[in-house]
Order: sequence, then C-alpha cells, then structure tokens
Amino acid sequence: MSAQLAAIFDPGFFTSQIVQVAATVSAFAAIVCGTVGVFTVIRGQSFAGEALGDISTTGGSGAFLVAVGPLWGFGVAAVAAAAVMELIGIQRPRGRDLATGIVLGAGLGLAALFLYLDSVNHSTTGATVSIVFGSMFTITSSAIPAVIAFSALAVCLVTALGRPLLLSSISPELAAARGIPVRFVGVAYLLALAIAIAIAAFTIGTILSTALLVGPAAIALRLTRSPARAIAAAAAIGIAATWLSILLAYDSYDWYHQSGKSWPVSFFVVTLIFLGYLLAGLPRRLRRQREIAPELPRG
Amino acid sequence: MSDVATNGSAPILAVDHVSVSLAGREVLRDVSFAIAPGEFTGLIGSNGAGKTTLFRVILGLQAADGSVRVGGAPRSRRNPLIGYVPQKFQLDPDVPLRTRDLVALGLDAHRYGVATPSRARRARVDEMLEAVDARDFADARVGTLSGGEQQRVLIAHALIAAPKLLLLDEPLANLDLRSGHEVVALLARITSEQRIAVLISAHEMNPLLPVIDRIVYLAAGRAASGTTEEVVRTSVLSALYGHHVDVLQVHGRVLVVAGEAGELADTSDHSHTQTQVEIIS
Repeated sequence: MSAQLAAIFDPGFFTSQIVQVAATVSAFAAIVCGTVGVFTVIRGQSFAGEALGDISTTGGSGAFLVAVGPLWGFGVAAVAAAAVMELIGIQRPRGRDLATGIVLGAGLGLAALFLYLDSVNHSTTGATVSIVFGSMFTITSSAIPAVIAFSALAVCLVTALGRPLLLSSISPELAAARGIPVRFVGVAYLLALAIAIAIAAFTIGTILSTALLVGPAAIALRLTRSPARAIAAAAAIGIAATWLSILLAYDSYDWYHQSGKSWPVSFFVVTLIFLGYLLAGLPRRLRRQREIAPELPRG
Repeated sequence: MSDVATNGSAPILAVDHVSVSLAGREVLRDVSFAIAPGEFTGLIGSNGAGKTTLFRVILGLQAADGSVRVGGAPRSRRNPLIGYVPQKFQLDPDVPLRTRDLVALGLDAHRYGVATPSRARRARVDEMLEAVDARDFADARVGTLSGGEQQRVLIAHALIAAPKLLLLDEPLANLDLRSGHEVVALLARITSEQRIAVLISAHEMNPLLPVIDRIVYLAAGRAASGTTEEVVRTSVLSALYGHHVDVLQVHGRVLVVAGEAGELADTSDHSHTQTQVEIIS
C-alpha cells in the first residue's frame, strides 16, 4: 500500500520547491477566479473574459521583449483592454459584444508581432508556448508577492462591490431603481475581471485562463444555491483541480521513460475542470431522464 | 379629473405637468395626477403609451419637464419611500440566488460590501416571505420559480424596506389569469394592511377593477385620472385618444373600443365604410 502511495506521491513531491511555488500560485489564482468567476457567469461575460485572456498574450509577449515579469505584462494588457472595451462599446449589450471582438482582433495582431520579435531577439523558443499555455513549474518564488498583491486587490474589489454588484448582475433595472450606479459598478467589476484573468494567465496560460475563471464557477453553479456558497465552492474546486494537476504533472516526469520533461500542468487543469463540469451536470440529467422515462412505453 | 384630489391628506406622489421627449418623440405630454397615502391606483394604457417612462421619471432615472414630488420632496434617485417591481425580470435557473437572498437584497442592496448575517435580519426576511406566501420556496433558486411566484418574491423584495409607495410595471403581463388574480389579491391585502400606496401599470384594466381606488389612463402620451367611473367614459377617453372610442360594459367587464367609422365616413370609397373595431383595453 505504501509502495503504491509512494508511486503516486513521489518522495520528492512535497519537498520540491517548484511544486510548492506552483501550489501557492495556483491556490491564489483559484481563489481569485472563484470569487470573480461566479459573477462572470451570472453576468454572462464569459466572452469578455476569454477576450481579456487572449489579449493578455500581447502583454505577456511584450513583457518578455522588455524583460519584465510576465504577470505585469498580463495585468497591464488585460486592464488596458478592459478600459478600451468599456470606452467604445458602452450603450448596448450588442455594442459591447462587437467592441470586445474588435479590441480582441487588434490586441492579437500586436501579440503576433511581439511573439515574432521575441523569437528573433531571443534564442529561446519556449516563450510562445509558455505565455499561451502556461508553465507552472517554471514560476519562481520571487513572483509570489506580486501574485498575492494582485489577488488581494481583485478579491477586495469584488467584496467591496458586494451587494450592488450582485443586484446589478441579476437585474440592472432593479439596481438602477435603487439608485445603484450600475455603470460604475460594471466598470469596477471589469477591473477585477482583468486582474483575475492576469493571474489565471500567469498560472495556466493566456488562452486557457478563462477555463480557470469560468470552469470552477460553472461547476459551482450546478452544485450550490446561494452566491456565497457558489464562490466558496468555486474556489475550492479550482484549488482541487490545480493541485491534483500539479501532482499528475509531477508524476508524468516518469511517463516517457525518463524524458526529464513533465506533461503541461495546464493540460491537466483544463481537462479536470472539463470532466468536473460534465460530472456536475450528471445528477440533473439522470433526474430528468427518470422523470421522462415512465412516459415512453405508452407511446 | 382634477389634478390633485387626494381626500385632504398630503399626497405621497404628486406628478405635475410632466412632459418627456425621447429621441424627438413626445412620450409623455403634460401628465398630472396625485396619489394619496395608501391609495391603490391603476396606471392603464396600451403598449407604448408611456407607462414605463412614467415610472422611470418617478424613480429619478429619466429627465423630464414639470415636477414630481414623492412624500412632499422633489424626486431623487434612491428614494427609500419607493419600492419598485420592474417589468423585465428573467433569471436563468442555474443562477445561485435563493428566494430568501433576493428578498434580503431588498433590505440594503444599495450598501457596498457584504451583508453581515444576523438573527434580526433573518427574522425580517422570514416575516416578509410569510407575508407573500413564499415560505414553501424560500430556499429554491429564483430562476426555477413560476412567473406568479417570481412576482410575489419581487413584491417582497420591494416591500421589505418598508416603502410608502409601491410601483409595479405590468406585473400581470406574463401571468395566467389565476396567478394574476392571486398577485392582485395579495397586493391589495398587504398594502392596505401596511397603508402603502400602489401604482400598478397594466394594458388590461379588468383584473384590477375590483381593487383599484383610482385610475390614471394613459393614451397618446396624455393622461386622465380620477375614479374609474370618472375616467372610463366615452367622452373622457375619446378626448384623450383624440378620436371616438366607445366604452362598453360586458358582463361586468369594461371594453374600450375604437370605432373609426366616423373618420372613414368622409371618404367616398364605400368599400371602407364598414366599421373597423379595435378593442383597446
């Protein structure tokens, strides 16, 4: 039994500094994404989240060019993109959708240029893959303070917005009638969303970042009934998914005959979240089938 | 028909010569009426008559000429005297918001930060849930409720902050007759118990006739107000619509019928002399 356990939890796993840093960063990312993501799903802003994640590729590749930490690049790009979206697509939901799409295209064009320059100026070929798909095991402990600061900012922002954010997410009409500045709350929330995306991009890569933002929140919505519980559940699901992924990736070092390389952690995160989402929908599906089934033989 | 006829007491709502233009179109034209404390008033008009705009004016969300006073003071945003039930309310069934969460938001949704749970808060929410017969689905998600149940929850959300004036925008629009009747009966009971004035909009006045004290009839942006007998008459409504309408009583129900024969009689085209009847309300 202990031999089997040792095969799963490699003796070096818990003492590895790489694992410890990855686990710390991903826990903060999961908490931020759980808090912000529940509102993203309620507000139907998953596409905006996806766009901010994609655009943070531009920031990440730009940061690599000027040798600044990628987290700062992701953050600046996501916040700037959020601001531009807000400025040009304010009036109607459709206008917002269009604005998101246009800003996304422009941002990704820049990313193409920056990634090209990265590959020309640096001999490393890993930058693109690391920015786009993440590489949790290359994060150093020096990044942790910034991750904590960003996380605290986003969580505090959502907590401070609190009830007005919840009511304006559910019904802008009700919120406006109560004198809540719906537009201001929306902009402040978009800022929190941009920060969450930056941390998620830092953890599992820019184009996978929405999976961590929206996935655990979507699972939590299937399992809980109140906003506070949904947020707690989303954070817990995010932590479980990332930590299990770190373990699996760590074990995968051995899967290819001592190739010395692990499978990407991000692959496991996204896959586990996807499976979790399917599993969480199963009880409802089965229940519905049980309700329909007795009707069938009569036909 | 008078502008301010409020049985002596100071009106909770006084709308005075209010006009609103949206994108160059005059939506409300010189609308005046008043509501006394505890009075149940129906705001009747067809779709596009300006009912929602009038609500937005009263809530301080829409610029307007003229004056609106709520409880004696000029209108303002976030007026604690007003409770509001919007026409448009739709939640997906998977939104994690229980009936009791939505009702609790009615207490203090305008305050930033997170609510601190307390026994008093919970008791107040339970009391409100009881008042609208929502105890059975207190812990169900709002998105899974029927239309009638949702209306009751929204009424609880609006009433928990103890307003003096409740505005309801077409609460019966998407309800079957029976749920509509239940909602109206519930409203009449609670608001008379707590002496809350009600302004309820509808395009169909008949479900409201048993409970309303007064009526404000909106047509073509203009309003006529008074008791039902004063307002729902051929002469008054014809003047309001700007063309002849007939008010008919059929088995206790009121029908407002637009007959355009008078206008068409002038034309020589006899194929059109047949009376065109449109039931307006």
